[in-house]
Amino acid sequence: MDILSLFPAWLLEQGPAFVIVLPLLMGAIVAILPSRTLAWWAALIVTLLCSVTAFGLLLQVYSEGASLYTMGGWDPPHGISLVVDALSAPVLLLIAAMAVVTMVYAMPATIAEIEPKKRAPFYAAFLLCFAGLMGMVITGDAFNVFVFLEVSSISTYAIVAMGAARDRRALAAAYNYLIMGSIGATFFVIGLGFLFMETGTLNMADMSRILADLDGGSRVAMVGFGFIVVGLGLKMAMFPLHTWLPGAYAYSPTMVSVFLASTATKAALYLLLRFTFTVFDPSFNYDIVVVKYVLVGVGVVGMIFASLQAIFQTDARRTLAYSSVAQVGYMLLGVGIATAAGIAAGYLHLLNHAIIKGGLFLAMGAFWYRFGITRVTDFNGLSKTMPWTMGAFMISGLSLIGVPFTAGFVSKVNLTIAAADKGWWWAVAVIVVTSVLAIIYIGRILLAAYFGSPPEIDGEMAKRNEAPLMMLIPMWILVFLSISIGSNLFGLGDNFVMASERAANLLVGIGG
Amino acid sequence: MFSILFEQYNYAVVIILMMTGLYVVFASQNLIKKLVGLSIFQTSVFLLYITIGKVEGGQPPIVEAHGDDHASLEPVLVAAGNAKDAAGYAAGHSDVLYSNPLPHVLILTAIVVGVATLAIGLSLVVRIREVYGTIEEGDINALDYSYNLEGIEE
Repeated sequence: MDILSLFPAWLLEQGPAFVIVLPLLMGAIVAILPSRTLAWWAALIVTLLCSVTAFGLLLQVYSEGASLYTMGGWDPPHGISLVVDALSAPVLLLIAAMAVVTMVYAMPATIAEIEPKKRAPFYAAFLLCFAGLMGMVITGDAFNVFVFLEVSSISTYAIVAMGAARDRRALAAAYNYLIMGSIGATFFVIGLGFLFMETGTLNMADMSRILADLDGGSRVAMVGFGFIVVGLGLKMAMFPLHTWLPGAYAYSPTMVSVFLASTATKAALYLLLRFTFTVFDPSFNYDIVVVKYVLVGVGVVGMIFASLQAIFQTDARRTLAYSSVAQVGYMLLGVGIATAAGIAAGYLHLLNHAIIKGGLFLAMGAFWYRFGITRVTDFNGLSKTMPWTMGAFMISGLSLIGVPFTAGFVSKVNLTIAAADKGWWWAVAVIVVTSVLAIIYIGRILLAAYFGSPPEIDGEMAKRNEAPLMMLIPMWILVFLSISIGSNLFGLGDNFVMASERAANLLVGIGG
Repeated sequence: MFSILFEQYNYAVVIILMMTGLYVVFASQNLIKKLVGLSIFQTSVFLLYITIGKVEGGQPPIVEAHGDDHASLEPVLVAAGNAKDAAGYAAGHSDVLYSNPLPHVLILTAIVVGVATLAIGLSLVVRIREVYGTIEEGDINALDYSYNLEGIEE
């Protein structure tokens, strides 16, 4: 790759540490910056630098293979190592890129939502959350995962609660998230305790080596596995553990819902893949049972129930939030199929769904910004008053349903093929049924927007009032990405599919 | 059967604390009491980790300098993977059994995390009290329910 030679060598060499340390340090600095505009610029530049680095790392992984960064020069298994491979690099780039998109959008959004003196700390908390997510994905040390998980979670509770300025329910939502999130993280750390008891190490690669020698995995490790799956399940809103999600997505500040919807659950899902397929040997009996019955079971039930719940919401933000729970079900189904094709499809849906849901929540935030609209009934005639924003919402919505030439179609087709190859025809039926349910809950909003007429204010039709450019640009970038993936413009679709296949091959051990 | 329970009483305490904590989180209506339950739940994990670190007959993991200035370097060298250098220092100390210090370090981190979570939780409860005028979960839900209904009418 020629592009790779454009990156300075030190950036690629120190990149893994750079993407965590920079936002962590800048988080502290941004919090005390006197100027609010300066704080925004600082946060934007940090996220931009991190995405450039993450892009470089991704290219490096594809051209030179996985790399291991030893923090402070302490070799594993004693020191903390950072692992950049085909599985973690795409998720890193996704989180960093979504952070940039969110930061651009944040300029107008936070002015409307956050009190002036709280804006700099708000950006600081956002950067901490960002650093935590990056750390969760890149680290190769199991306890380090817990630390970064909590760094991102605690800052998330704070920024979700800041939505209280526009909707007081944000406080109760943040509190619920705090209780559920802490229980999840504690379950995770209990699981780690059992693993540490059994293996005496915290390094994931070392752990996996020792566990493999244990002949089918010991009982202690099995208990640990159970705790870890439940803990991560809480974090990624696996179906019966999703109760914190709708509130947290719906009532938080708009930029926070965009960022959370597109990254937070994805990082937890990435960790689930790491633990079920690399730390624990996927040939262990209990691993097979959990993946095949538990993950698929809750995934499928979640797809159906959360889609049904999405249909009956009065608040459009809650519709999208429940739809997110359903989409997590798709990814879990892909993981549960457990063939290379199935995992690749689940992984691809992880990437695609981040782009799609990001676009939808961006548009939703813009509706609120201009007209204070959140309820489905208020969408009447929105295509006339905000045509560009509504256009972005429509295309992202169609992509969520899985209409051809959009990103959602690619991942759903791959998932369907993987399920059919495995002989799981009932899973194909479930995918089709839930797609129909998606048509209903997205269609309900689109119908109101395109066939309703704008409300009359003082006897006059509401005037056209488009969202500011700073909101439209990130929105249409995501829409453009979604279409490019779907119709394979610039080979983008092929690249995404390739990335997901490489990640899946790494997990099922065909090299890669 | 009881003898096992008494021999392993530390695990029994962990389990009792864990279940008590979880029960309090889910059973209580008061937001402060829920946080108390959460703290108890997290404390049980601290105890679990510290239990793991104990080695029977082990000494506190502090390296004593036997007139040798470099003795304190030993664990550092071992950790850094310089096994060759470390072997020389370790040779004189192999008869001393130490408890595992790592779980204590881990749990220090977890305690800090617990404190931060509790701080955020309590400050959220303060804000909820300011806005809603109550910290009972049922009352808050009832207030939000009417808020939702009124919202639809406008």
